[in-house]
Amino acid sequence: MGVIADLKRRLFRWRSDGTAPLRLSQRRIFILPTRAGLLFAAALLAMLTGAINYNLALGHALVFLLVGLALTGMVHAFRNLHGLVVAPGRSEPVFAGEVAYFPLHLASDRNTPRLALELRAGKESRSITTAVAAHGLNEAAVPVAALRRGWLDLPRTRLETTYPLGLFVAWSYLQPAMRCLVYPQPLTTPLPPQQPASHSGDQHGDGGQEDFSGFRERQPADSPRHVAWKASARDAGQRPLLVKRFAGGAQAELQLDWSLTPQAAAPEVRIATLAGWVMAAAAEDACYGLRLPGREIAPDSGDLHRHRCLEALALFPA
Amino acid sequence: MSTRPGETLDRGTTPWLLLGALATTLPHAEHQPLWLSALAAVLFVWGGWLWWRNERLPGRWVLALLVAVACGAVLYEFRTLFGRDAGVAMLVVFMALKLLELRSRRDATVVVTLGYFLLLTHYFYSQSIPTGLWLLAAMTLLTATLIRLHGGPSISTGATLRYAGLLTLQAVPFMLVLYLLFPRVAGPLWGLPQDAHSGRSGLSEQMTPGNIANLALSGEIAFRVRFAGLSPERDKLYWRGPVLEYFDGLTWKPQVGRGQPPRIEPLSPPIAYETTLEPQQQRWLLALDAPGPLRPELGLSSALTATSREPLTQRQRFALTATLDYRFNADEEAIVLRRNLVLPRAGNPRARALGESWKAAETDPAVRLRKAMSLFSEEEFFYTLQPPLLGEQPVDDFLFVTRRGFCEHYASAFVFLMRAAGVPARVVTGYQGGEANPVDGFVVVRQSDAHAWAEVWFAGRGWVRVDPTAAVSPARVEAGIAAAMPDGEPLPAMIQLRSNWLRTLLFRWEAVNNAWDQYILGYNPQRQRELLARLGMPDADWRNLAAALAVLCGALLLAIAAWTLYQRPRLDPAARLWQKALRRLARSKVDCAPWETPLALLRRVEGARPALAPAFREVVFAYLQARYGGIPDDLTRLRGALARLP
Repeated sequence: MGVIADLKRRLFRWRSDGTAPLRLSQRRIFILPTRAGLLFAAALLAMLTGAINYNLALGHALVFLLVGLALTGMVHAFRNLHGLVVAPGRSEPVFAGEVAYFPLHLASDRNTPRLALELRAGKESRSITTAVAAHGLNEAAVPVAALRRGWLDLPRTRLETTYPLGLFVAWSYLQPAMRCLVYPQPLTTPLPPQQPASHSGDQHGDGGQEDFSGFRERQPADSPRHVAWKASARDAGQRPLLVKRFAGGAQAELQLDWSLTPQAAAPEVRIATLAGWVMAAAAEDACYGLRLPGREIAPDSGDLHRHRCLEALALFPA
Repeated sequence: MSTRPGETLDRGTTPWLLLGALATTLPHAEHQPLWLSALAAVLFVWGGWLWWRNERLPGRWVLALLVAVACGAVLYEFRTLFGRDAGVAMLVVFMALKLLELRSRRDATVVVTLGYFLLLTHYFYSQSIPTGLWLLAAMTLLTATLIRLHGGPSISTGATLRYAGLLTLQAVPFMLVLYLLFPRVAGPLWGLPQDAHSGRSGLSEQMTPGNIANLALSGEIAFRVRFAGLSPERDKLYWRGPVLEYFDGLTWKPQVGRGQPPRIEPLSPPIAYETTLEPQQQRWLLALDAPGPLRPELGLSSALTATSREPLTQRQRFALTATLDYRFNADEEAIVLRRNLVLPRAGNPRARALGESWKAAETDPAVRLRKAMSLFSEEEFFYTLQPPLLGEQPVDDFLFVTRRGFCEHYASAFVFLMRAAGVPARVVTGYQGGEANPVDGFVVVRQSDAHAWAEVWFAGRGWVRVDPTAAVSPARVEAGIAAAMPDGEPLPAMIQLRSNWLRTLLFRWEAVNNAWDQYILGYNPQRQRELLARLGMPDADWRNLAAALAVLCGALLLAIAAWTLYQRPRLDPAARLWQKALRRLARSKVDCAPWETPLALLRRVEGARPALAPAFREVVFAYLQARYGGIPDDLTRLRGALARLP
């Protein structure tokens, strides 16, 4: 067992920590005939027998030329991968149950395009086919089904090609250090009742939603939902986008607390419930905070806040 | 980036497959029954139409029905599903039907593999240079189809074809090595089907006046000869085929069964030659008169016809000798002499009476022969390929009425007269003459050189060749049939050529063909042994050959890999030196990230490896100066700095 594991590690290791770009070399590329290649070989054998039996000189020549063609095809399949530079990209978080995409940057410094490169992560995932132009760059997003919350590591990815002839398959295993954050799958349940803010409202003068007090220019952090489209559309859209300002009043805050979730439910269900609340609260653009055993996130709103909450839920120890 | 469309076939691949299938099946139309070609054409058009209209392919039961019908038709036509012609017909049917089933990539792979297989079957019928070239083109097309199939629509048609051509070109060295060194086995491995060889023309085993004349219109090559020394005069070149001793009043037939071995007394030094016979489905070697001692596997009949053990179904080479001047069976058996005096009991009374009158008048058989010859040379006889039809007394009609005939008429009538005159005589068929090709020195004998002459036996002298045609038309024997024919007679186009440059062109083309036949198609186990002996491996067995092949193919593979992987570096000199510096830096465990500028890297080195920094700083500034400083050729500073980098 130890020997096999050691051999595997030696054969399939990713250089250094897996974050650096990797150039595919002959040590990482493997080649075997495909099923079509085996069919072709069987046909060649039959042809050779026929050529010998009927004493066909050109039949011999044809068979030998086809043997040469298959061998050249093998070299060219190898060449299709050789020297390809693969660099890991950044993957966007997804929810459990969705498909996570791991972008790989493929770069080629060859004068000819590399076609029909097939990528497949793990064994069960769907494969994708991509190509890299001559001296070109391309990004291939490798799909992996995200089943559970937490960090999803990119499984060992097989990059293979049967181009040009389909008689041989050349492949290489990639193991870049890439991971994708998988949020818990949200469970849609009614939000818990709002609680009065524990702090005075003036701290949240901007965040309230009660009394309209004027416009201000939109900042990137503002949700598109707050844009005052009618006001912004005046003057033929020459103005920057405007956001309504609200003032005064005690801002209602949502405390999404672990203890509010059904006590009897399994931890995963409780996490899913919290995730559902976060999504619902974010959809209403409410100001909400998250309280987990051992972790508390102060009330806030916006996409970044939502991400922080969901991340905390995703990584919350079960 | 595109996601993979499953295994379904890309629509743009279908035209490639249709074309490839067409290219591999089309030449078979020449020798296939018409209904089969028509069926294939209909299926092709149907497949193309479905593709054009983007319509659904027929269901499985339709295809099953078509397969059953086609198999039935093939079975009805050929009485079998196996064997050469039926097998080819089945392959063509399958290819055409598969075009109606192009759904997945696997179907396309099957079509291409079938296409490669079909290429081989063309060689059953022809292995000429044009066939070879056509099939090379068809093979490249099939390869391009494979490339298109796996590469998708992103590459243009021209690029696909060019790539296929490149792959074929790179496959050629492998082919050469394998062709020369792959251990050759002499076929066949098992009994060939009945129809393995058919449809070749040549001399037949019997002679009815008229059938050599048919051959005379064929410019096909019967055999080629290369003499070790000078080629003898044309009128000495009598290539002996079957000797015909029985006459039933219409047809001459050979003696069946074995007689005593012939006894040859050479009167001139033997000449050596090598003959390459085209397949003619007969066993005659058509050796030059009179053949010398033969290899044990060849036979010599009592009538001096050299034969091989098996019918010549392949082009074959034989090394033979001949004596042009000889004495043949001076002491012939009485039974043979009696046999060669027999005439049909009735018929041809006038010729019979003429012969008998000579016998009564002259005691010396040689004088009787001269009388017969002078009959042909002095009376009004004409040499023609279009003799008038003869009646029920063919010899009489020919000798006394029509007086127009071809060599077989003369030989037949002459032997009849001689037998009537009491001189043992028989008909010999074979070829006469041959044309030396000045380009390669081979003497080419065509079907149009087929000839019939006579042999007469004299006591003490043995069998003597007499050619009555020479008495009528000396040009036939001295210069060939084209010269002997009066103007306006039909002749094969090949030998009609009288203009010089066309003749030269023809000679060259035939010399090329001959070289092709001799050295490329004629490469057999025997030639392989000779080649290996010349390469210093006289007793190489298949194990040595396999080892040599493995080494050579491995070396070729490496060479091709190196050639295809090599790319001329496109860096400028300063950048190349910078790369060198980075490699040296990597040896000191500092890697440059691809996004790092030289200055950023320098900062990192200053922080992490202060010992390295001074030397590296010098390199960085020299590089920036050389690359961006506006002085293009000032690399000396960079080189110096690089040399100081540890």
